Amino acid sequence: MLARGLERIYRDEWGRVLAPLVRLTGDLDLAEDALQEAWARALAAWPRGGIPQRPAAWLFVVARRAAIDRLRRRGREAPLAAGADEGAAAASNADLPADIPDERLRLIFGACHPALSQPAQVALTLRTLCGLTTEEIARAFIEPAATTAQRLVRAKRKIREAGIRWEVPGREDLPARLEPALAVVYLVFNEGYLAASGDALVRHDLCAEAIRLARMLAALLPEEPEVLGLLALVLLHDARREARRGRDGEFVPLEEQDRARWDRSEIDEGTRILDRAVAMRRRGPYQIQAAISALHGAARTPDDTDWRQIALLYGALARLAPSPTVALNEAAAIAMAEGPEEGLKRVDAFAASGALAGYHLLPAARADLLRRRGRRAEASEAYRAALALCRNARERAYLERRLTEVTG
Amino acid sequence: MQYMLLIYDDEKAWARKSPAEVDRIMGEWWAYDDALRKAGVHVAGNALKPTDTATTVRVRNGKTLQTDGPFAETKEQLGGDYLLDVPDLDTAVRWAEKCPAAPFGSIEVRPVMVFDRN
Repeated sequence: MLARGLERIYRDEWGRVLAPLVRLTGDLDLAEDALQEAWARALAAWPRGGIPQRPAAWLFVVARRAAIDRLRRRGREAPLAAGADEGAAAASNADLPADIPDERLRLIFGACHPALSQPAQVALTLRTLCGLTTEEIARAFIEPAATTAQRLVRAKRKIREAGIRWEVPGREDLPARLEPALAVVYLVFNEGYLAASGDALVRHDLCAEAIRLARMLAALLPEEPEVLGLLALVLLHDARREARRGRDGEFVPLEEQDRARWDRSEIDEGTRILDRAVAMRRRGPYQIQAAISALHGAARTPDDTDWRQIALLYGALARLAPSPTVALNEAAAIAMAEGPEEGLKRVDAFAASGALAGYHLLPAARADLLRRRGRRAEASEAYRAALALCRNARERAYLERRLTEVTG
Repeated sequence: MQYMLLIYDDEKAWARKSPAEVDRIMGEWWAYDDALRKAGVHVAGNALKPTDTATTVRVRNGKTLQTDGPFAETKEQLGGDYLLDVPDLDTAVRWAEKCPAAPFGSIEVRPVMVFDRN
Protein backbone atom coordinates (compact mmCIF):
# COMPACT_ATOMS: atom_id res chain seq x y z
CA MET A 1 0.00 0.00 0.00
CA LEU A 2 2.69 2.45 1.05
CA ALA A 3 4.98 1.24 -1.72
CA ARG A 4 2.26 1.88 -4.29
CA GLY A 5 1.62 5.32 -2.83
CA LEU A 6 5.33 6.11 -3.10
CA GLU A 7 5.49 4.84 -6.67
CA ARG A 8 2.55 7.06 -7.62
CA ILE A 9 4.10 10.12 -5.98
CA TYR A 10 7.39 9.47 -7.75
CA ARG A 11 5.67 9.20 -11.15
CA ASP A 12 3.34 12.17 -10.61
CA GLU A 13 5.76 14.57 -8.98
CA TRP A 14 9.18 13.90 -10.51
CA GLY A 15 8.83 16.34 -13.44
CA ARG A 16 6.93 18.86 -11.39
CA VAL A 17 9.70 19.09 -8.77
CA LEU A 18 12.53 18.84 -11.30
CA ALA A 19 11.33 21.77 -13.43
CA PRO A 20 11.80 24.58 -10.88
CA LEU A 21 15.09 23.00 -9.78
CA VAL A 22 16.34 23.23 -13.37
CA ARG A 23 15.29 26.88 -13.51
CA LEU A 24 17.01 27.69 -10.20
CA THR A 25 20.28 25.90 -10.96
CA GLY A 26 20.31 26.15 -14.76
CA ASP A 27 21.92 22.72 -14.69
CA LEU A 28 19.94 19.57 -15.43
CA ASP A 29 22.51 17.13 -14.03
CA LEU A 30 22.76 19.01 -10.76
CA ALA A 31 18.99 19.29 -10.48
CA GLU A 32 18.56 15.56 -11.13
CA ASP A 33 21.20 14.58 -8.58
CA ALA A 34 19.63 16.84 -5.97
CA LEU A 35 16.16 15.45 -6.58
CA GLN A 36 17.51 11.91 -6.46
CA GLU A 37 19.00 12.68 -3.07
CA ALA A 38 15.73 14.20 -1.86
CA TRP A 39 13.89 11.10 -3.03
CA ALA A 40 16.30 8.83 -1.15
CA ARG A 41 15.61 10.89 1.98
CA ALA A 42 11.88 10.63 1.41
CA LEU A 43 12.15 6.85 1.15
CA ALA A 44 13.94 6.82 4.49
CA ALA A 45 11.68 9.32 6.26
CA TRP A 46 8.15 8.75 4.94
CA PRO A 47 7.61 5.11 5.91
CA ARG A 48 8.29 6.13 9.54
CA GLY A 49 6.82 9.64 9.78
CA GLY A 50 4.12 9.32 7.14
CA ILE A 51 3.79 10.90 3.72
CA PRO A 52 3.63 14.70 4.04
CA GLN A 53 0.48 16.52 2.95
CA ARG A 54 2.29 18.17 0.06
CA PRO A 55 4.91 15.65 -1.07
CA ALA A 56 6.02 17.75 -4.06
CA ALA A 57 6.71 20.76 -1.84
CA TRP A 58 8.60 18.52 0.63
CA LEU A 59 10.75 17.08 -2.15
CA PHE A 60 11.36 20.52 -3.63
CA VAL A 61 12.52 22.05 -0.37
CA VAL A 62 14.85 19.14 0.43
CA ALA A 63 16.17 18.94 -3.14
CA ARG A 64 16.81 22.67 -3.27
CA ARG A 65 18.92 22.40 -0.14
CA ALA A 66 20.79 19.45 -1.65
CA ALA A 67 21.43 21.51 -4.78
CA ILE A 68 22.82 24.38 -2.74
CA ASP A 69 25.08 21.98 -0.82
CA ARG A 70 26.40 20.63 -4.09
CA LEU A 71 27.05 24.11 -5.48
CA ARG A 72 28.91 25.04 -2.28
CA ARG A 73 31.00 21.90 -2.45
CA ARG A 74 31.96 22.87 -5.97
CA GLY A 75 33.33 26.02 -4.39
CA ARG A 76 30.90 28.34 -6.03
CA GLU A 77 28.89 31.09 -4.46
CA ALA A 78 25.41 29.66 -4.23
CA PRO A 79 23.28 31.85 -6.50
CA LEU A 80 20.13 30.78 -4.68
CA ALA A 81 21.20 31.23 -1.09
CA ALA A 82 17.94 32.80 0.07
CA GLY A 83 16.09 30.46 2.38
CA ALA A 84 18.90 27.96 2.09
CA ASP A 85 18.42 26.37 5.47
CA GLU A 86 14.67 25.96 5.45
CA GLY A 87 15.06 22.42 4.18
CA ALA A 88 16.14 21.32 7.65
CA ALA A 89 12.59 21.78 8.85
CA ALA A 90 11.05 20.18 5.81
CA ALA A 91 9.63 17.22 7.69
CA SER A 92 7.00 19.45 9.25
CA ASN A 93 3.98 20.18 7.08
CA ALA A 94 3.52 23.65 8.49
CA ASP A 95 6.80 24.85 6.99
CA LEU A 96 6.14 23.67 3.45
CA PRO A 97 5.26 26.16 0.74
CA ALA A 98 1.58 25.93 -0.16
CA ASP A 99 2.41 24.93 -3.69
CA ILE A 100 5.28 24.93 -6.13
CA PRO A 101 4.72 26.50 -9.54
CA ASP A 102 4.10 24.09 -12.39
CA GLU A 103 7.00 24.72 -14.76
CA ARG A 104 6.98 21.41 -16.60
CA LEU A 105 6.50 23.12 -19.96
CA ARG A 106 10.11 24.27 -19.68
CA LEU A 107 11.20 20.65 -19.44
CA ILE A 108 9.04 19.62 -22.39
CA PHE A 109 10.30 22.34 -24.70
CA GLY A 110 13.90 21.90 -23.57
CA ALA A 111 13.87 18.11 -23.91
CA CYS A 112 12.08 18.28 -27.28
CA HIS A 113 14.21 21.09 -28.67
CA PRO A 114 14.46 20.72 -32.46
CA ALA A 115 18.27 20.96 -32.27
CA LEU A 116 18.31 17.52 -30.56
CA SER A 117 17.84 14.22 -32.40
CA GLN A 118 14.49 12.52 -31.93
CA PRO A 119 15.90 9.53 -29.99
CA ALA A 120 17.55 12.04 -27.66
CA GLN A 121 14.28 13.98 -27.31
CA VAL A 122 12.43 10.78 -26.41
CA ALA A 123 14.99 9.67 -23.82
CA LEU A 124 15.23 13.13 -22.24
CA THR A 125 11.45 13.50 -22.08
CA LEU A 126 10.95 10.13 -20.38
CA ARG A 127 13.80 10.88 -18.00
CA THR A 128 12.96 14.45 -16.98
CA LEU A 129 9.15 14.39 -17.09
CA CYS A 130 8.30 10.80 -16.23
CA GLY A 131 11.30 10.11 -14.00
CA LEU A 132 12.20 6.91 -15.85
CA THR A 133 15.69 5.63 -15.14
CA THR A 134 18.22 5.05 -17.90
CA GLU A 135 17.73 1.28 -17.45
CA GLU A 136 13.94 1.59 -17.76
CA ILE A 137 14.22 3.63 -20.96
CA ALA A 138 16.75 1.16 -22.41
CA ARG A 139 14.50 -1.82 -21.59
CA ALA A 140 11.48 -0.13 -23.15
CA PHE A 141 13.30 0.63 -26.39
CA ILE A 142 15.20 -2.69 -26.40
CA GLU A 143 18.66 -1.19 -26.56
CA PRO A 144 21.71 -1.63 -24.34
CA ALA A 145 21.62 0.64 -21.27
CA ALA A 146 25.03 1.98 -22.28
CA THR A 147 23.53 3.26 -25.55
CA THR A 148 20.73 5.09 -23.74
CA ALA A 149 23.16 6.46 -21.18
CA GLN A 150 25.44 7.79 -23.88
CA ARG A 151 22.49 9.32 -25.73
CA LEU A 152 21.44 11.16 -22.57
CA VAL A 153 24.96 12.34 -21.79
CA ARG A 154 25.40 13.66 -25.33
CA ALA A 155 22.04 15.43 -25.33
CA LYS A 156 22.70 17.10 -21.98
CA ARG A 157 26.12 18.18 -23.18
CA LYS A 158 24.65 19.70 -26.32
CA ILE A 159 22.03 21.58 -24.28
CA ARG A 160 24.75 22.96 -22.04
CA GLU A 161 27.40 23.71 -24.64
CA ALA A 162 25.23 24.94 -27.50
CA GLY A 163 23.22 27.32 -25.34
CA ILE A 164 19.81 25.65 -25.50
CA ARG A 165 17.62 27.23 -22.84
CA TRP A 166 15.08 25.45 -20.67
CA GLU A 167 12.43 27.93 -21.67
CA VAL A 168 8.90 28.04 -23.00
CA PRO A 169 8.94 29.55 -26.50
CA GLY A 170 7.01 32.73 -27.21
CA ARG A 171 3.49 32.71 -28.65
CA GLU A 172 4.57 32.96 -32.29
CA ASP A 173 7.11 30.10 -32.05
CA LEU A 174 4.86 27.85 -29.98
CA PRO A 175 3.06 25.95 -32.79
CA ALA A 176 6.35 25.09 -34.53
CA ARG A 177 8.10 24.12 -31.30
CA LEU A 178 5.10 22.05 -30.23
CA GLU A 179 5.45 19.74 -33.24
CA PRO A 180 8.51 17.79 -32.03
CA ALA A 181 7.03 17.54 -28.52
CA LEU A 182 3.79 16.04 -29.83
CA ALA A 183 5.78 13.72 -32.11
CA VAL A 184 7.76 12.45 -29.11
CA VAL A 185 4.60 11.67 -27.14
CA TYR A 186 3.03 9.88 -30.11
CA LEU A 187 6.22 7.91 -30.76
CA VAL A 188 6.35 6.77 -27.13
CA PHE A 189 2.73 5.69 -27.36
CA ASN A 190 3.22 3.76 -30.61
CA GLU A 191 6.34 2.11 -29.28
CA GLY A 192 4.15 0.56 -26.58
CA TYR A 193 1.03 0.11 -28.71
CA LEU A 194 2.66 -1.59 -31.65
CA ALA A 195 5.07 -3.54 -29.45
CA ALA A 196 5.88 -6.61 -31.46
CA SER A 197 8.88 -7.76 -29.53
CA GLY A 198 10.38 -7.53 -26.08
CA ASP A 199 8.63 -7.74 -22.78
CA ALA A 200 5.04 -6.79 -23.67
CA LEU A 201 4.29 -5.61 -20.13
CA VAL A 202 7.25 -3.24 -19.99
CA ARG A 203 6.41 -1.92 -23.41
CA HIS A 204 2.75 -1.34 -22.60
CA ASP A 205 3.91 0.87 -19.75
CA LEU A 206 5.02 3.21 -22.53
CA CYS A 207 1.36 3.69 -23.50
CA ALA A 208 0.61 4.75 -19.93
CA GLU A 209 3.58 7.14 -19.91
CA ALA A 210 2.51 8.64 -23.24
CA ILE A 211 -1.05 9.14 -21.99
CA ARG A 212 0.34 10.73 -18.84
CA LEU A 213 2.46 13.09 -20.97
CA ALA A 214 -0.45 13.91 -23.29
CA ARG A 215 -2.69 14.68 -20.28
CA MET A 216 0.04 16.87 -18.83
CA LEU A 217 0.42 18.80 -22.09
CA ALA A 218 -3.35 19.18 -22.46
CA ALA A 219 -3.60 20.56 -18.92
CA LEU A 220 -0.72 22.99 -19.50
CA LEU A 221 -1.75 24.10 -23.01
CA PRO A 222 -5.57 23.79 -23.02
CA GLU A 223 -5.95 26.25 -25.91
CA GLU A 224 -3.93 24.20 -28.41
CA PRO A 225 -6.29 21.99 -30.45
CA GLU A 226 -3.53 19.66 -31.70
CA VAL A 227 -2.52 18.93 -28.09
CA LEU A 228 -6.11 17.92 -27.34
CA GLY A 229 -6.21 16.04 -30.64
CA LEU A 230 -3.16 14.02 -29.61
CA LEU A 231 -4.63 13.23 -26.19
CA ALA A 232 -7.89 12.15 -27.85
CA LEU A 233 -5.96 10.02 -30.32
CA VAL A 234 -3.91 8.10 -27.75
CA LEU A 235 -7.00 7.51 -25.57
CA LEU A 236 -9.06 6.25 -28.52
CA HIS A 237 -6.26 3.92 -29.64
CA ASP A 238 -5.55 2.74 -26.11
CA ALA A 239 -9.23 1.80 -25.73
CA ARG A 240 -8.66 -0.95 -28.32
CA ARG A 241 -5.30 -2.15 -27.00
CA GLU A 242 -6.54 -5.30 -25.28
CA ALA A 243 -8.78 -6.28 -28.19
CA ARG A 244 -5.86 -6.10 -30.61
CA ARG A 245 -4.25 -9.12 -28.99
CA GLY A 246 -5.61 -12.63 -29.43
CA ARG A 247 -5.34 -15.40 -26.85
CA ASP A 248 -1.82 -16.32 -27.95
CA GLY A 249 -0.67 -12.75 -28.30
CA GLU A 250 -1.36 -12.71 -32.02
CA PHE A 251 -2.45 -9.50 -33.76
CA VAL A 252 -6.22 -9.18 -34.30
CA PRO A 253 -7.23 -6.73 -37.05
CA LEU A 254 -9.84 -4.09 -36.34
CA GLU A 255 -12.67 -5.80 -38.24
CA GLU A 256 -12.25 -9.02 -36.23
CA GLN A 257 -11.85 -7.47 -32.79
CA ASP A 258 -14.32 -8.30 -30.04
CA ARG A 259 -15.81 -4.85 -29.61
CA ALA A 260 -17.08 -5.75 -26.14
CA ARG A 261 -13.43 -5.67 -25.09
CA TRP A 262 -13.03 -2.05 -26.14
CA ASP A 263 -12.75 0.33 -23.19
CA ARG A 264 -15.93 2.39 -23.54
CA SER A 265 -14.98 4.99 -20.95
CA GLU A 266 -11.71 5.68 -22.76
CA ILE A 267 -13.57 6.00 -26.08
CA ASP A 268 -16.07 8.40 -24.50
CA GLU A 269 -13.34 10.51 -22.92
CA GLY A 270 -11.32 10.61 -26.15
CA THR A 271 -14.39 11.60 -28.16
CA ARG A 272 -15.32 14.38 -25.72
CA ILE A 273 -11.78 15.79 -25.84
CA LEU A 274 -11.77 15.60 -29.64
CA ASP A 275 -15.05 17.56 -29.76
CA ARG A 276 -13.44 20.29 -27.66
CA ALA A 277 -10.44 20.41 -30.02
CA VAL A 278 -12.54 20.52 -33.19
CA ALA A 279 -14.62 23.39 -31.77
CA MET A 280 -11.46 25.54 -31.81
CA ARG A 281 -11.53 25.36 -35.61
CA ARG A 282 -7.81 24.89 -36.24
CA ARG A 283 -7.52 21.43 -37.74
CA GLY A 284 -4.36 19.38 -37.75
CA PRO A 285 -3.14 15.84 -38.35
CA TYR A 286 -3.66 14.61 -34.77
CA GLN A 287 -7.27 15.78 -34.70
CA ILE A 288 -7.95 14.10 -38.05
CA GLN A 289 -6.40 10.81 -36.91
CA ALA A 290 -8.39 11.01 -33.67
CA ALA A 291 -11.57 11.63 -35.68
CA ILE A 292 -10.89 8.48 -37.73
CA SER A 293 -10.31 6.51 -34.56
CA ALA A 294 -13.50 7.95 -33.01
CA LEU A 295 -15.55 6.82 -36.03
CA HIS A 296 -14.25 3.28 -35.55
CA GLY A 297 -15.02 3.56 -31.85
CA ALA A 298 -18.59 4.67 -32.56
CA ALA A 299 -19.34 1.68 -34.82
CA ARG A 300 -21.11 -1.12 -32.93
CA THR A 301 -20.21 -3.66 -35.62
CA PRO A 302 -17.69 -3.48 -38.49
CA ASP A 303 -20.62 -3.04 -40.92
CA ASP A 304 -21.78 0.06 -39.04
CA THR A 305 -18.51 1.84 -39.80
CA ASP A 306 -18.86 5.15 -41.66
CA TRP A 307 -16.20 4.32 -44.26
CA ARG A 308 -17.21 7.17 -46.55
CA GLN A 309 -16.40 9.69 -43.80
CA ILE A 310 -13.20 7.83 -42.91
CA ALA A 311 -12.07 7.91 -46.56
CA LEU A 312 -12.67 11.68 -46.63
CA LEU A 313 -10.68 12.13 -43.42
CA TYR A 314 -7.76 10.11 -44.81
CA GLY A 315 -7.91 12.31 -47.91
CA ALA A 316 -7.69 15.42 -45.73
CA LEU A 317 -4.83 13.86 -43.77
CA ALA A 318 -2.99 12.98 -47.00
CA ARG A 319 -3.13 16.65 -48.03
CA LEU A 320 -1.98 17.92 -44.63
CA ALA A 321 0.68 15.30 -43.84
CA PRO A 322 1.25 13.08 -46.89
CA SER A 323 2.74 9.66 -46.23
CA PRO A 324 2.63 6.25 -47.94
CA THR A 325 0.74 4.63 -45.06
CA VAL A 326 -1.91 7.36 -45.12
CA ALA A 327 -2.36 6.84 -48.86
CA LEU A 328 -2.76 3.08 -48.34
CA ASN A 329 -5.26 3.63 -45.55
CA GLU A 330 -7.21 6.00 -47.77
CA ALA A 331 -7.30 3.31 -50.48
CA ALA A 332 -8.50 0.72 -47.95
CA ALA A 333 -11.25 3.08 -46.71
CA ILE A 334 -12.34 3.80 -50.30
CA ALA A 335 -12.50 0.05 -50.88
CA MET A 336 -14.82 -0.32 -47.89
CA ALA A 337 -17.01 2.61 -48.94
CA GLU A 338 -17.18 2.07 -52.70
CA GLY A 339 -16.11 -1.54 -53.19
CA PRO A 340 -12.76 -3.35 -53.47
CA GLU A 341 -12.45 -2.52 -57.18
CA GLU A 342 -12.14 1.24 -56.43
CA GLY A 343 -9.65 0.56 -53.66
CA LEU A 344 -7.57 -1.69 -55.91
CA LYS A 345 -7.38 1.07 -58.53
CA ARG A 346 -5.99 3.39 -55.86
CA VAL A 347 -3.47 0.85 -54.57
CA ASP A 348 -2.29 -0.04 -58.08
CA ALA A 349 -1.87 3.61 -59.03
CA PHE A 350 0.10 3.99 -55.86
CA ALA A 351 2.24 0.92 -56.57
CA ALA A 352 3.01 2.34 -60.02
CA SER A 353 4.45 5.48 -58.39
CA GLY A 354 7.08 3.27 -56.73
CA ALA A 355 6.72 5.17 -53.44
CA LEU A 356 6.36 2.06 -51.30
CA ALA A 357 8.69 -0.35 -53.10
CA GLY A 358 10.01 -2.94 -50.66
CA TYR A 359 7.40 -2.16 -48.03
CA HIS A 360 5.21 -5.13 -47.02
CA LEU A 361 2.09 -3.03 -46.40
CA LEU A 362 1.63 -2.43 -50.13
CA PRO A 363 1.26 -6.09 -51.23
CA ALA A 364 -0.60 -6.77 -47.94
CA ALA A 365 -3.20 -4.11 -48.78
CA ARG A 366 -3.54 -5.44 -52.34
CA ALA A 367 -3.88 -8.97 -51.01
CA ASP A 368 -6.70 -8.02 -48.63
CA LEU A 369 -8.61 -6.26 -51.41
CA LEU A 370 -8.13 -9.16 -53.85
CA ARG A 371 -9.32 -11.56 -51.18
CA ARG A 372 -12.47 -9.50 -50.61
CA ARG A 373 -13.05 -9.48 -54.35
CA GLY A 374 -12.73 -13.29 -54.40
CA ARG A 375 -9.65 -13.23 -56.68
CA ARG A 376 -7.99 -15.95 -54.61
CA ALA A 377 -5.04 -16.85 -56.85
CA GLU A 378 -3.92 -13.23 -57.15
CA ALA A 379 -4.56 -12.70 -53.43
CA SER A 380 -2.34 -15.61 -52.42
CA GLU A 381 0.40 -14.31 -54.69
CA ALA A 382 0.16 -10.89 -53.03
CA TYR A 383 0.16 -12.42 -49.52
CA ARG A 384 3.35 -14.31 -50.43
CA ALA A 385 4.92 -11.08 -51.70
CA ALA A 386 3.98 -9.36 -48.43
CA LEU A 387 5.38 -12.22 -46.35
CA ALA A 388 8.66 -12.01 -48.22
CA LEU A 389 9.04 -8.39 -47.04
CA CYS A 390 7.49 -8.48 -43.55
CA ARG A 391 9.69 -9.02 -40.51
CA ASN A 392 7.25 -8.34 -37.67
CA ALA A 393 6.34 -11.73 -36.15
CA ARG A 394 2.76 -10.81 -35.24
CA GLU A 395 1.97 -9.33 -38.63
CA ARG A 396 3.56 -12.37 -40.30
CA ALA A 397 1.25 -14.65 -38.35
CA TYR A 398 -1.72 -12.64 -39.60
CA LEU A 399 -0.54 -12.74 -43.23
CA GLU A 400 0.10 -16.49 -43.02
CA ARG A 401 -3.39 -17.10 -41.69
CA ARG A 402 -4.90 -15.13 -44.58
CA LEU A 403 -2.70 -17.00 -47.05
CA THR A 404 -4.04 -20.32 -45.79
CA GLU A 405 -7.60 -18.97 -46.11
CA VAL A 406 -7.21 -18.09 -49.78
CA THR A 407 -5.25 -21.20 -50.75
CA GLY A 408 -7.14 -23.72 -48.58
CA MET B 1 27.41 33.72 -26.22
CA GLN B 2 29.18 33.72 -29.56
CA TYR B 3 28.03 31.55 -32.44
CA MET B 4 29.64 31.06 -35.82
CA LEU B 5 27.28 30.70 -38.75
CA LEU B 6 29.10 28.63 -41.36
CA ILE B 7 27.40 29.23 -44.69
CA TYR B 8 27.45 26.39 -47.21
CA ASP B 9 26.01 26.47 -50.69
CA ASP B 10 26.66 25.18 -54.20
CA GLU B 11 29.23 27.62 -55.53
CA LYS B 12 28.67 26.41 -59.08
CA ALA B 13 25.10 27.72 -58.92
CA TRP B 14 26.49 31.26 -58.90
CA ALA B 15 27.99 30.81 -62.38
CA ARG B 16 24.54 29.94 -63.77
CA LYS B 17 22.91 33.12 -62.52
CA SER B 18 22.21 36.18 -64.68
CA PRO B 19 23.88 39.50 -63.72
CA ALA B 20 20.49 40.86 -62.67
CA GLU B 21 19.95 37.88 -60.39
CA VAL B 22 23.41 38.24 -58.87
CA ASP B 23 22.62 41.92 -58.19
CA ARG B 24 19.37 40.99 -56.48
CA ILE B 25 21.06 38.34 -54.31
CA MET B 26 23.89 40.70 -53.37
CA GLY B 27 21.23 43.21 -52.34
CA GLU B 28 19.80 40.57 -49.98
CA TRP B 29 23.24 39.98 -48.47
CA TRP B 30 23.84 43.70 -47.87
CA ALA B 31 20.43 43.99 -46.23
CA TYR B 32 21.17 40.95 -44.03
CA ASP B 33 24.57 42.38 -43.05
CA ASP B 34 22.95 45.73 -42.16
CA ALA B 35 20.28 43.98 -40.10
CA LEU B 36 22.93 42.07 -38.08
CA ARG B 37 24.82 45.29 -37.35
CA LYS B 38 21.68 47.24 -36.49
CA ALA B 39 20.64 44.52 -34.03
CA GLY B 40 24.07 44.76 -32.39
CA VAL B 41 24.80 41.04 -32.81
CA HIS B 42 27.43 41.29 -35.58
CA VAL B 43 30.99 40.51 -34.45
CA ALA B 44 32.62 39.58 -37.75
CA GLY B 45 31.76 38.20 -41.16
CA ASN B 46 33.54 37.01 -44.29
CA ALA B 47 32.73 35.91 -47.80
CA LEU B 48 35.21 33.44 -49.29
CA LYS B 49 36.43 33.18 -52.86
CA PRO B 50 35.46 29.89 -54.58
CA THR B 51 37.13 26.59 -53.62
CA ASP B 52 39.14 26.52 -56.87
CA THR B 53 41.24 29.26 -55.26
CA ALA B 54 41.81 27.18 -52.10
CA THR B 55 45.09 25.64 -51.01
CA THR B 56 45.07 22.95 -48.36
CA VAL B 57 48.15 22.69 -46.14
CA ARG B 58 49.23 19.68 -44.09
CA VAL B 59 52.47 19.07 -42.22
CA ARG B 60 53.44 15.40 -42.11
CA ASN B 61 56.71 14.16 -40.63
CA GLY B 62 57.93 17.72 -40.52
CA LYS B 63 57.28 18.22 -44.19
CA THR B 64 54.80 20.71 -45.54
CA LEU B 65 52.40 19.42 -48.18
CA GLN B 66 50.31 21.83 -50.20
CA THR B 67 47.40 20.58 -52.25
CA ASP B 68 45.29 22.45 -54.71
CA GLY B 69 41.64 22.72 -53.65
CA PRO B 70 39.54 22.40 -50.49
CA PHE B 71 40.21 19.76 -47.82
CA ALA B 72 37.26 17.67 -49.04
CA GLU B 73 35.09 17.65 -52.14
CA THR B 74 31.49 18.22 -51.06
CA LYS B 75 28.18 18.99 -52.75
CA GLU B 76 27.98 22.29 -50.90
CA GLN B 77 31.04 24.33 -50.08
CA LEU B 78 31.90 26.68 -47.26
CA GLY B 79 31.31 30.09 -48.83
CA GLY B 80 31.46 32.41 -45.86
CA ASP B 81 30.77 32.92 -42.19
CA TYR B 82 29.33 35.27 -39.63
CA LEU B 83 30.37 35.52 -36.03
CA LEU B 84 27.42 36.62 -33.89
CA ASP B 85 27.03 37.51 -30.23
CA VAL B 86 23.53 36.48 -29.07
CA PRO B 87 22.07 35.13 -25.80
CA ASP B 88 21.20 31.57 -26.84
CA LEU B 89 20.90 28.96 -29.60
CA ASP B 90 17.31 29.89 -30.43
CA THR B 91 18.36 33.46 -31.24
CA ALA B 92 21.29 32.24 -33.33
CA VAL B 93 18.96 29.89 -35.23
CA ARG B 94 16.55 32.74 -35.87
CA TRP B 95 19.36 34.74 -37.50
CA ALA B 96 20.47 31.67 -39.47
CA GLU B 97 16.92 31.31 -40.86
CA LYS B 98 17.09 34.85 -42.20
CA CYS B 99 20.43 34.30 -43.95
CA PRO B 100 19.99 34.71 -47.74
CA ALA B 101 21.65 31.32 -48.33
CA ALA B 102 19.26 29.44 -45.99
CA PRO B 103 16.51 28.81 -48.59
CA PHE B 104 18.87 26.81 -50.84
CA GLY B 105 22.11 26.20 -48.92
CA SER B 106 22.85 25.06 -45.36
CA ILE B 107 23.85 27.13 -42.37
CA GLU B 108 25.80 25.31 -39.68
CA VAL B 109 25.46 27.03 -36.31
CA ARG B 110 28.40 26.36 -34.00
CA PRO B 111 28.93 27.78 -30.52
CA VAL B 112 32.37 29.33 -30.15
CA MET B 113 34.62 27.86 -27.50
CA VAL B 114 35.80 30.13 -24.73
CA PHE B 115 39.18 29.43 -23.13
CA ASP B 116 40.22 30.52 -19.70
CA ARG B 117 44.01 30.67 -19.84
CA ASN B 118 44.48 31.33 -16.15
